[in-house]
Amino acid sequence: MNPRTTRASRREFLLAAGGVSAGIALEGAAMLAAAAEPASTTALPGTRNAVVSMVQAIRRLVGTAAINKGKVKLELPPLVENGNAVALAVRVDSPMTQAEHVKAIHVFSEKNPQPYIATFHLGARAGRASVATRVRLADTQTVHAICEMSDGTFWSDSASVVVTLAACLEEL
Amino acid sequence: MNARVDNCGYARQRAFCAALFLAALAQSACADEMPLPERRSGYDFMSRETRAMQDDDSANPGMLWVLDGEALWNTRAGAAERACADCHGDARAGMKGVAARYPAFDAARLRPINLEQRINFCRSERQRAAPFAFESKDLLALAAFVALQSRGLPIAVEIDERSRPFLQAGREAFGRRQGQLNLSCALCHDDNWDKRLAGNAITQAHPTGYPLYRLEWQGLGSLARRLRNCLAGTRTLGYAYGDAELVNLELFLMWRARGMQVDAPAVRP
Amino acid sequence: MARALINVPAAARRGDVIEIKALIAHEMETGFRRTQLGVLVPRDIITQFLCTYNGAEIFRAEFHPAIAANPFVAFSTIATESGAIVFKWTGDNGFSATESVAISVA
Repeated sequence: MNPRTTRASRREFLLAAGGVSAGIALEGAAMLAAAAEPASTTALPGTRNAVVSMVQAIRRLVGTAAINKGKVKLELPPLVENGNAVALAVRVDSPMTQAEHVKAIHVFSEKNPQPYIATFHLGARAGRASVATRVRLADTQTVHAICEMSDGTFWSDSASVVVTLAACLEEL
Repeated sequence: MNARVDNCGYARQRAFCAALFLAALAQSACADEMPLPERRSGYDFMSRETRAMQDDDSANPGMLWVLDGEALWNTRAGAAERACADCHGDARAGMKGVAARYPAFDAARLRPINLEQRINFCRSERQRAAPFAFESKDLLALAAFVALQSRGLPIAVEIDERSRPFLQAGREAFGRRQGQLNLSCALCHDDNWDKRLAGNAITQAHPTGYPLYRLEWQGLGSLARRLRNCLAGTRTLGYAYGDAELVNLELFLMWRARGMQVDAPAVRP
Repeated sequence: MARALINVPAAARRGDVIEIKALIAHEMETGFRRTQLGVLVPRDIITQFLCTYNGAEIFRAEFHPAIAANPFVAFSTIATESGAIVFKWTGDNGFSATESVAISVA
């Protein structure tokens, strides 16, 4: 399919989004097959390329390993008042012992101009796998959190957020 | 036409024919004033997450400005080599309740001035230092630090014969249709505050938390900035910072919110 | 140096999991914004946040432009011993800021 340079058609986007959320749970070639277009490292928000770029970023992190659903809880408000500062929290069900703990939590955006939001490096000294911050979201989208465990496995969760623009902007 | 503005004007016409104390009564009975129990802070219109950001002093970005303001409070400045603390002492005591009664009538300038102007007059006249630019980081920091000392106190703007004409001017500005969209403040903030404008809640426009951290600005700003924002949004010719008309409007808004708790430095969307 | 606001309990019992909050003043210019004349505003963000406890790393974060202005992060750690918890932010254009907080662990 030829990605149009401005907004992807709703059908194309739904196909891509469906491909991404299914792809997160699959391993190997299936994930890349869902995003067959060459992706740029930055893309206009809302285009198919932004989704593709996120999938590629996740692939770079995870390699050929499986991404399991569970253990991770990503919390975002379903409707935000302003996309400039959205409260985000990630909690992972883990004993956080030396033998079994969360090594890192990676957070990705599918519609921002670039896919990376943040990476948090934890470890056994954290006591509790729980992080909170505030993020910028360019548009209504799904945010993904991928947790890297000490045993090398990956676990993920996602949350959908509706983002509206402010009614009256300061500059005309 | 906004019927409430008409009632207001008609009431004033009758008041001019009556004795002076009747005029004061007519003004306080004007329809654009909400009874205190009906007044709702902008805080009440916010989401749970944004309220949490305001409530936690270690997560409220406005507190960064407060800390800067505290440092400035204790810094010697100007030809007089004086810090605010040298005259006013500990701000916790010396500034308690001050922000809650601004804008206040200034006897030297024979008109009400807002908190930022008061800080600048102190700076130029007492510290003999150059005044801060309006909306500069330092001025906002000091204003935020002073406003924090009124947190939890009721807004208590005082009106007497000297300041009443300015309050009236502010009231008229609030009710006046103006600009390319022919909107008045009252149309949204008196008549439609229970509705939404393109996804944002329309509040009652009570300035309880200024200077505040606005998510849209990604920074701290004054009430004057917010008013200029609104004027730009309604395609109305704006006022410059420090303009008399703008301060009159601030005076009216704070008076309209009297009795409500100060929650500076607030966070708003 | 950029103003920072740290929240760490002053005292804790050994083995307690304590929550730490860190907020720092920084515009986090994304590099995607344009001025009214269409000129791209260059990126200027904090890229890394590092927290050490008596010298040992207990938490590290990599920030990207999607982190909101005046970055805030809350995380937890086990109170192991008395000492210093040090916070270091580094970023574009040589940005660097450090804060240190003492903790007493019984």
